[in-house]
Amino acid sequence: MTTYGLTEEHQMITETVRSFVEKEIYPHEELVERTGEVPEEIAQEIKRKTIELGFYACNFPESVGCAGLSHVEFALVERELGRGSMALNHFFGRPQNILMACEGEQIERYLMPAVRGEKMDALAMTEPGAGSDVRGMKCSAMRDGGDWVVNGTKHFISGAEHADFVIVFIATGEDQTPKGPKKRITAFLVDRGTPGFTIRDGYKSVSHRGYKNMILEFDDCRLPDTQVLGEVDSGFEVMNTWLYATRITVAAMSVGRARRAFDYALDYAAQREQFGQPIGKFQGVSFQLADMVTEIDAADLLTLAAADRLDRDLPANREIASAKLYASEMLARVTDAAIQLHGGMGLMDDYPLERFWRDARVERIWDGTSEIQRHIISRDMLRALGA
Amino acid sequence: MKVLVPVKRVIDYNVKVRVKADGSGVDLANVKMSMNPFDEIAVEQAIRLKETGQAEEVVAVSIGVKQAQETLRTALAMGADRAILVVAADDVHTDIEPLSVAKILAKIVEEEQPGLVLCGKQAIDNDMNATGQMLSALLGWSQATFASEVEVAGDKAKVTREVDGGLQTIEVTMPTIITVDLRLNEPRYASLPNIMKAKKKPLDEKTAADYGVDVSPRLSVVKTEEPAARAAGIKVGSVDELVAKLKEAGAV
Ligand SMILES: Cc1cc2nc3c(=O)[nH]c(=O)nc-3n(C[C@H](O)[C@H](O)[C@H](O)COP(=O)(O)OP(=O)(O)OC[C@H]3O[C@@H](n4cnc5c(N)ncnc54)[C@H](O)[C@@H]3O)c2cc1C
Ligand SMILES: Cc1cc2nc3c(=O)[nH]c(=O)nc-3n(C[C@H](O)[C@H](O)[C@H](O)COP(=O)(O)OP(=O)(O)OC[C@H]3O[C@@H](n4cnc5c(N)ncnc54)[C@H](O)[C@@H]3O)c2cc1C
Repeated sequence: MTTYGLTEEHQMITETVRSFVEKEIYPHEELVERTGEVPEEIAQEIKRKTIELGFYACNFPESVGCAGLSHVEFALVERELGRGSMALNHFFGRPQNILMACEGEQIERYLMPAVRGEKMDALAMTEPGAGSDVRGMKCSAMRDGGDWVVNGTKHFISGAEHADFVIVFIATGEDQTPKGPKKRITAFLVDRGTPGFTIRDGYKSVSHRGYKNMILEFDDCRLPDTQVLGEVDSGFEVMNTWLYATRITVAAMSVGRARRAFDYALDYAAQREQFGQPIGKFQGVSFQLADMVTEIDAADLLTLAAADRLDRDLPANREIASAKLYASEMLARVTDAAIQLHGGMGLMDDYPLERFWRDARVERIWDGTSEIQRHIISRDMLRALGA
Repeated sequence: MKVLVPVKRVIDYNVKVRVKADGSGVDLANVKMSMNPFDEIAVEQAIRLKETGQAEEVVAVSIGVKQAQETLRTALAMGADRAILVVAADDVHTDIEPLSVAKILAKIVEEEQPGLVLCGKQAIDNDMNATGQMLSALLGWSQATFASEVEVAGDKAKVTREVDGGLQTIEVTMPTIITVDLRLNEPRYASLPNIMKAKKKPLDEKTAADYGVDVSPRLSVVKTEEPAARAAGIKVGSVDELVAKLKEAGAV
């Protein structure tokens, strides 16, 4: 018995991750919410169990000793993880698969320790002056002897407080094009503790308490050529090859979180009585539930279909953008409706709904805002018509 | 030694059970089904015996509807080596009675010659708590029920049983049947490599007729009812208030 397009293995992956999240993540969520921190013992415990289960770095191929999940399988993992706290799930390690671009001795210094859970990574593109417009970045590296000297600032860098090294995109020059100057970008591997490189606390975010964003500062930070990931000036190619698929993660997590919120709403609608009957008997409430589940299912299918295109090596840029756009906006509507169905109690932290609602907000912003996704979708169609 | 573990597909323990409108039973259409939690503990114990070198092979068996194949795949993903599915019903609402299950298991034991059968003490759907005991009688094997600790050494097994008054430790001669209780172990999650391998592990499909066992029911369900709804609780602010309320209710 399978759900549309899903095999028995898919079901088992889903169920295993779901029960892992329910038993190993849910019980710690309140503490993380309250303190904004993940205690080290809990972090290590989640990591240890994930490694034991063979799920750590399951987005990496068998050639580096990992599970080599397909895009659909990985989307199912992310979907179930999306039910739980991001701060805690961070230790259900999924290193950036861009690390597959490691070469030579970088493999033993970065790639292998990352997939074995010995070192943690973070990825830095965004700057105070360059968000959606990645190419507008100011953080730059200048040649000095055989080295690079880096100056600049990155902000909003998730997970950098736990990172042993950061994959940083840095401008390494500028080309003159008919449309004006265009930055050349290179990806670097930067170790925590490199002189001239500081990781400091970022801002307090309304979404995902305990999943911190950090500020990185480079002050005459000297990096040898061995720290270049991929080729010099090919940062954009590296980005497009490897980061293309990460938006599926946002879509899948949005679906998982929406289902969790929906479960609360459905249950409450069946239990809560007003005017002498369960509120679910009022059509105003029941139709809302119908809309919610329909939208969740649609986002789920859109996400899996986009992942399936990647598995089939079909162009998927537009489909991934649609999934990310629709799922993150669906999550906003569903979490809002779930609160509405709970009346005043929906806002109180006795229920996790106010948290789901807050957490939902960032999904429309990171990994490319909704507007940028709409831009991608529309350009994909119109460019073909010469417009 | 080979270990045989019978596993039953039951309504998931998280599902809010609903009685069918006609009172004939519980509604199982479109609800989540899982492996009986006690059977999960039995599978876990069998795998541990294999890991410590006391068992060579773990064979999972399920008797019921075809969909029980999913339950067997879960056992394989946890680490069982192969599985036998005995299709004995078409309708998901048909429950095969313990005696029929025990008779089929007895035939499988004859064929497979395991040194140990590890079962859950009961299935959470109908709480019969009978299959292991009946199998023991049919085979003329020793039995140790409600195990919270199991130690296998040579041709003996030392089993700690959870009985009403406390714990009882008994020694049984192998081959034996052990039915396991909740506190024996904590079942593992299926690991990702094992999930991927599960599909490739052998799963034999049989029918009840292959074993010459008549599975038609001997019991009839007269009525199924929802338990009485529990009244909502109240929150109290202090111990004094709690005591006062309890007195009011005549509870102390
Ligand atoms: C909690 C958090 C964690 C993050 N983690 C990371 C991380 O780990 N690594 C990392 O590199 N980055 C990270 N980011 C950065 C994230 O990817 C950016 O916030 C995002 O790309 C948007 O950039 P911005 O915030 O600078 O907004 P801006 O780009 O300044 O956008 C402002 C508004 O203008 C709109 N806009 C911009 N350009 C256009 C256009 N062409 N057409 C229409 N509308 C447009 C946007 O949609 C948005 O509504 C994180 C952000 C957050 C909030
Ligand atoms: C911060 C805060 C401060 C407050 N302050 C006060 C105060 O000072 N004094 C005071 O008396 N109250 C106060 N309230 C209570 C507030 O007025 C109620 O929360 C509100 O009336 C809704 O009631 P409820 O929360 O019990 O939700 P419910 O009535 O249980 O509603 C749950 C859901 O069912 C829906 N629903 C209910 N009946 C129907 C129907 N017939 N048809 C369709 N849908 C229906 C509702 O729209 C809602 O979506 C406060 C609430 C909050 C959150």
